[in-house]
Parts: sequence; C-alpha cells; structure tokens
Amino acid sequence: MKSVVAFFSSILFATIVMANDMAPDALIKSVSGEVLEIVRADRDIQSGNTKKAADLVERKIAPNFDFLHMTRLALGRDWRQANTEQQKALANEFQILLVRTYSRALTEYKNQTIDIKPLALKAGETDVKVRSEIKQPGAKSIQLDYYLQKGTTGWKIYDIEVAGISLVTNYRESFASEVRNSGIDGLLKALQTKNKSGDTVAIKK
Amino acid sequence: MKTLSVRVKSVALMFLVAGLTTGCATSGETKDPIEGFNRAVFSFNDGLDKVVLKPVAKGYDAVLPNPVRTGVTNFFGNVADVFVGVNNLLQGKLTAGVSDFGRVAVNSTIGLLGVLDVASNMGLEKHDEDFGQTFGRWGVGSGAYVVVPVFGPRTVRDTAGLVLDVAADPVANLDHVPTRNTLAAVRLVNNRADLLPADKVIEEAALDKYSYVRDAYLQRRRSLIHDGNAPREAESQ
Repeated sequence: MKSVVAFFSSILFATIVMANDMAPDALIKSVSGEVLEIVRADRDIQSGNTKKAADLVERKIAPNFDFLHMTRLALGRDWRQANTEQQKALANEFQILLVRTYSRALTEYKNQTIDIKPLALKAGETDVKVRSEIKQPGAKSIQLDYYLQKGTTGWKIYDIEVAGISLVTNYRESFASEVRNSGIDGLLKALQTKNKSGDTVAIKK
Repeated sequence: MKTLSVRVKSVALMFLVAGLTTGCATSGETKDPIEGFNRAVFSFNDGLDKVVLKPVAKGYDAVLPNPVRTGVTNFFGNVADVFVGVNNLLQGKLTAGVSDFGRVAVNSTIGLLGVLDVASNMGLEKHDEDFGQTFGRWGVGSGAYVVVPVFGPRTVRDTAGLVLDVAADPVANLDHVPTRNTLAAVRLVNNRADLLPADKVIEEAALDKYSYVRDAYLQRRRSLIHDGNAPREAESQ
C-alpha cells in the first residue's frame, strides 16, 4: 500500500515539476541544441565575430545561469566580507567576463556535436550534475559537465566543468589573492579593468 | 637499444629523488611555494612560445588541410597508446589496458600505421594516461607546483612522471637520429597547433594568466587521475 502511495505521489510530483519547468538535462539539451544550430548557420560567428557571439550568449545562454551563485562560489569565504552592493557589482562584472569567455569559445566552433547524457532525476533533488560530451571528428571527445541548482525560477546553471576544469573554481585563487592584496574593492576594480581591456581588444580585431 | 637500460637506471634514480622531494613538498600549506621562480620560468616559456613555437604552429595550422592534421594527430596518438596501455595496467585497469593494446593492433594495421583511428569507430575508446597519473593513482601526493623550463606546468609528481614518459617514449628511443628529431619536432608543432583555439579563450578569461593556467592545470590533473570523476572540491564557506 505504502509503495502504491509513493508511486502515485512520485507521478504527481513529476507532473508538477514538468508543469513548472523543464528537467535539467532537457533544459541543457534544448539550449545547447538551439545555440549550436545558430552558430552552425552563422559564418560571422565562426570567423571570429565576438560581438555577434556575445549577443547570442546574452540572449540564449545567460538567462539560464545564476551569476550571483557563481560569484559567491568563486569568492569562497571572502564573499561574506562584501556588502550587498559590492556583491551585486562583483556578480555583474563576473557575468561580463564569463559571457565574453563563453562567446570567444563559441567563435572557435568547428563541426563539433554535443551528446547530452540523460539524467535520472530523483524526486526532491535540487542540486544536480548534467554530463555531456563534445564530439569532434578526429579528436578525443571533451567532457563537459553542467552543475544546476533548482530555485524559485527553475533550474539554473551555477558551474561548468570543461575537461574537469571548473570555470568558477579556476578563479578562486586569483580572486582570493586580489582580495588579500587590495580588498573587495580592489578585486572589483581588477575585474572592471579586465573587462574594459577586453573591449579594446574586441574593437581592434 | 643498450642505451635504454642505462637510461632506465638513471630515470629510476631520478624518480627516487623526486619521490623523496614529493614527501617534503606535500607537508607545506600552499600548493605553489616557489611561485616567484615559477613565474619567472612561466614568462620565459611564454616568451619562447610567442617567438618560436606559436608562429610555427600557426603556419603549420594554416598550411595543412584538416584531414592531414587529423592524420598526424592520430599517428602520434597511436604511438602514445602503447604506454597509455602500460599505465592502465600499472593502475590495475585491466580492461582499459587490454583495450589500449587492441587499439594499437588495429590502428597500426588497418589504420595504416595509425594515421586512421579505426579503433575509435569500432568502439575502442582512446584513453589519456601517463606515469604522473599512475603515481597519483598509487597515492603519491602531487607535491608542489613547478613550471618546468620548455615543458611547462607540472607538479613534482608529474615531473617524475614526465621523466619516465620521456624515457619510455618510442620516438625518443629511435636509433636513427634524423628520423627521431624530425618526428619529435613534427609532434611538438602538431600538439601546439591543437592548442591554438585554447589560447584565445585563456587570454579572454584570465585576470592573471599565470594563476589561471596553474589552477587549470592542477584541476585537469586531478580530474585525469580520477578518470573524469573527481569529487567536487569543498566550497570553503
């Protein structure tokens, strides 16, 4: 009897989840499928137009990320040192940097395909890892893992690991040393300077 | 071939020394205790790359059509697979090791001396193993981060591994010197060309290139030792 109840409540739960938002693996699949389709058809992006790529990332990809969460992870214990305004400003600059990096990576696109592994989502789970593989002709495939957390607005990505390298964790040491040397405002300034220098590079190209 | 046994002996000695150093290095708090030295070597390597290797790799990349590039990468991948298999066996991964030797057998014959990676299409997946990873599997601590002149980022453990990798390298052991040198040079340029796309992304991403490359290297090695299933690092909050 108990198991029957559990069975029906899990179905009920599953339907509610479906109604609210897509499952994490389905979300990744639909977003990456859509983005790759656009990139495949866009010669400008393929030949290095980072502005166009950034526009695509901002429109299609960024809304699925939780940049505040990412920034908090990258700052680690220094996060609590920052006041709410600083936290927002840091998240804003970090978002610009990550979007730019992602866009640059998109312009390097050549015939790769993405294979998203199905995820067995357990009832009540709010923190998951979706695995995928980038396949490229004539080369070893690259492991690409997405970390997602479920919040009030559905599943949001808070980290990406490329070949085992976490994009967020990779900033931890350099952020920490910046904070150690010149405080939260110093880190904010360093990020702003980096983002501005990126602008001039993009224009020169 | 008699030079090989001499070489292996000296390598074993170096490994012993490196192993002892590892023991000392892991006791330290920071993973980069010789950062000043490392930064100096890093900028030396970076300069060397900018002036010599990268321009050559760019030219190579521009001149060779993609299928040829793939063939070259496959050829050297096949040469490397022999010791990938040995390392899998040393790590106790019997199935993976046997599959690696199967890859070499298939690719060296049907795959026209390794130029075609027929084995991958047959479902024999290519693995990435080296002596540094084997030591990691055996429980040897990574030790301090070291930027080795010319070779680039390593840890003390991976430097010991590198010494064995070089000693075991079929290309380095060729008796015919001109062939050996030509193959080694082509392989170096080809590997560098494969990394060209990553360059731009790193330039875009890094606040400080030195620490970005260091942390990426350390994360990557950790992931490789766990065959892509490394537990997530603590969030230290």
